[in-house]
Amino acid sequence: MSQSSSIKTWFQSGSPWVWLNAGAVSISLVMVIGLLLLIAVRGLSHFWPADIAEMSYQEPGQQAEILIGEKVDHEQVSAARLARSGIELPEGQDFAQRTLMKVGNRDYYGLDFRWIYDPWIQNVTYPDGIMAIERREWGHFYGYLVSVKEQGNIVAQGEGAWDAFQSRLDRSNAFYRQIKDLEKNEIGKINHGLEELRLDERRLELDNVAKGSLPYQEIEEERQQYNDRYAKLREELDGLYQALNRDQIMVRMADGREVEIPMAKIVQAYKPNGMGVTEKMGQYFFHVWEFVSGEPREANTEGGIFPAIFGTVLMVLIMSVMVTPFGVIAAVYLKEYAKQGPVVRLIRIAVNNLAGVPSIVYGVFGLGFFVYFVGGSIDEVFFQAKLPAPTFGSPGLLWASLTLAILTVPVVIVATEEGLSRIPRAIREGSLALGATKAETLWRTVLPMAAPAMMTGLILAVARAAGEVAPLMMVGVVKLAPALAVDNIAPYLHLDRQFMHLGFHIYDVGFQSPNVEAARPLVYATAFLLVLIIIVLNLAAIGIRNRLRETYKATES
Amino acid sequence: MEAVNEQKNVARGIDIESMHRGPKVNFADETICLETKDFNLFYGDKQALHNITMQIPKNRVTAFIGPSGCGKSTLLRCFNRMNDLIDTVKMQGDLLLDSGEINAPSVNVADLRRRVGMVFQKPNPFPKSIYENVAYGLRLQGVNDRSTLDKVVESSLKGAALWDEVKDRLHESAMGMSGGQQQRLVIARAIAIEPEVLLLDEPASALDPLSTLKIEELIYELKEKYTIVIVTHNMQQAARVSDYTAFMYMGELIEFGATDELFTNPAKKQTEDYITGRYG
Repeated sequence: MSQSSSIKTWFQSGSPWVWLNAGAVSISLVMVIGLLLLIAVRGLSHFWPADIAEMSYQEPGQQAEILIGEKVDHEQVSAARLARSGIELPEGQDFAQRTLMKVGNRDYYGLDFRWIYDPWIQNVTYPDGIMAIERREWGHFYGYLVSVKEQGNIVAQGEGAWDAFQSRLDRSNAFYRQIKDLEKNEIGKINHGLEELRLDERRLELDNVAKGSLPYQEIEEERQQYNDRYAKLREELDGLYQALNRDQIMVRMADGREVEIPMAKIVQAYKPNGMGVTEKMGQYFFHVWEFVSGEPREANTEGGIFPAIFGTVLMVLIMSVMVTPFGVIAAVYLKEYAKQGPVVRLIRIAVNNLAGVPSIVYGVFGLGFFVYFVGGSIDEVFFQAKLPAPTFGSPGLLWASLTLAILTVPVVIVATEEGLSRIPRAIREGSLALGATKAETLWRTVLPMAAPAMMTGLILAVARAAGEVAPLMMVGVVKLAPALAVDNIAPYLHLDRQFMHLGFHIYDVGFQSPNVEAARPLVYATAFLLVLIIIVLNLAAIGIRNRLRETYKATES
Repeated sequence: MEAVNEQKNVARGIDIESMHRGPKVNFADETICLETKDFNLFYGDKQALHNITMQIPKNRVTAFIGPSGCGKSTLLRCFNRMNDLIDTVKMQGDLLLDSGEINAPSVNVADLRRRVGMVFQKPNPFPKSIYENVAYGLRLQGVNDRSTLDKVVESSLKGAALWDEVKDRLHESAMGMSGGQQQRLVIARAIAIEPEVLLLDEPASALDPLSTLKIEELIYELKEKYTIVIVTHNMQQAARVSDYTAFMYMGELIEFGATDELFTNPAKKQTEDYITGRYG
């Protein structure tokens, strides 16, 4: 057999196509897995309590200095690039290794990250005594514990200092939580009450009620009560603050300076060098938990991202609640009731094309229509007392959810129509033959059977909405929301509030952060979390759909 | 002539004398349940039924036979206005149920369909439990009382000869039943709302012989209470279950008569050709 004919048979056998398909699938898989692995590794490794090194470092022509810090990154740079930044390598050496150290102590050093060059590092040690302190301000602190003080007087130093430090830290953290709780709940309630009173007063003014009349006096009385309660709380808080500020610690930095850190500013302290793997795991999960459940600090470069997680999930849920009935009703009308003809065909084409409109356009629409027009009108009618401060006339959770609902409604409509057309005619006729009207047939039989298709539409909608950032920036997402949209003040769900969103958080931390090095791992970790949340939301929806499918398995033809 | 006929029928496998059960019928004694007078039906411009005039007696089984596309299913679906679902259908002539016009504007379609039940070619149980399938029609009428429903479900399933097979799994999905069971469930569902007429559109054509036999026995029992109209392709089936048979061809009613009469002694040549297998 000649070679050309064997190639021909190979082509005819279809193997090239199989290989092509397999190749395409594998490339896609590798890309997806690679992407997930990259963000997972980069993001999750950030929380590992790495060993802290102490070393002496001497650049040529400079004094030797002692550095303490974590090794974060390592790279090779060319001599030419170094020469441009004013560093000369010995003759004949083209490359140098350099290490990125997280040296912390931003309040004393100015920068908490620093590139150092490997040839000039000497005597690297990992002493057990070095501790890392996570602070509420200024980022990490690395150094040695010298002594623990109460009201400025030393109460422990040397051997027993660490234990005393830990127990006093627990105490101060307990006070801190108590203070936060009081400020957030009790004082929040008082502020809310005072604001309500102010609005009541303004309403009276708008209604032209004479000043000093009975309603005004009542308001004044109530205000007095609130102020009294506030004064009492203030006293309690002052006491707590005093207790919180009782202790301090003295610490020694790498350069030998001894500084004082108030106990109130410390979140946590640990000594990674002396830890075993189990202890490090514990520390790791503590960090992860802090990240997932905490609130952001330091312009989002420290602390957690709980408000962003909460905002993302809540927005997606509200969007789902709005988009599903809307899309289903539209699809039922188009498929079941509308007279099929050129007009319906036109509508269908329009709906399909809506799915292709760039999302930022929806953002502009949401801002112009929902926020300014609808929200503005709502304010005019219902919240006149609060004007000129807007209530619904400013970007907020409701408008963001509605904008995304409009963005995703085509998906739900198309999926539902598809599902409706797949219900066998025999089932409809069976129901009609039993004396059901068209509406009863739809309601009792057709719609439940089409429910899995609706869920498919919702799954696609959720997947799209959860990842959308651009339109949200216009209709309600902010860098830092002062309060969650759900709290303990009636009506509990505040749809007018602005909120945080993971997608926007990534953008903000990645591009708007003052501290690039500190923010980088958080970008990865947040991205990983966002992907994880979308997966969880989707899995939940898929789970519901599969259950529905099981229940409403259609007649197999 | 008699002998020739006999021979033909034996060749065809139809021995009407031994197959047909029940008493001899006499059309003159029957009460008329359904009636058509000069009935025409069009799909758009195409005429599907031509001048059908026929009287279907009460509490009897009437079979429509004829080759595919002859209009027998179309006619059957007129009796409970299933053709309303098709936009292009136009009708002329009278269609009467107990002397009342079926197509009259004053007739409530849902009420009509409650009186004229229908069972389709393929079993079409709803994806609900067996119980809920049977209770569906009653729930539509607003009956939600548990004990009433229980009673009707039991009697309907017994009426459809299905009770013994499913009484222990009433709340399992109907989709798990065999085809024959599903078809009997659909019949139970139809008789649960106690219609006057039961229209069966080739009810056994998708079933195996054993299930077919059960359905036929069921039809035989059901005619005690219901007027039954059955469309079938199977001549033996028509011969076995029906009291009267209508032979249709190309949208026209060729011959209508007592089943034993029509099968043994057809008046028209076309009928004879069809039942002896010369065409169709």
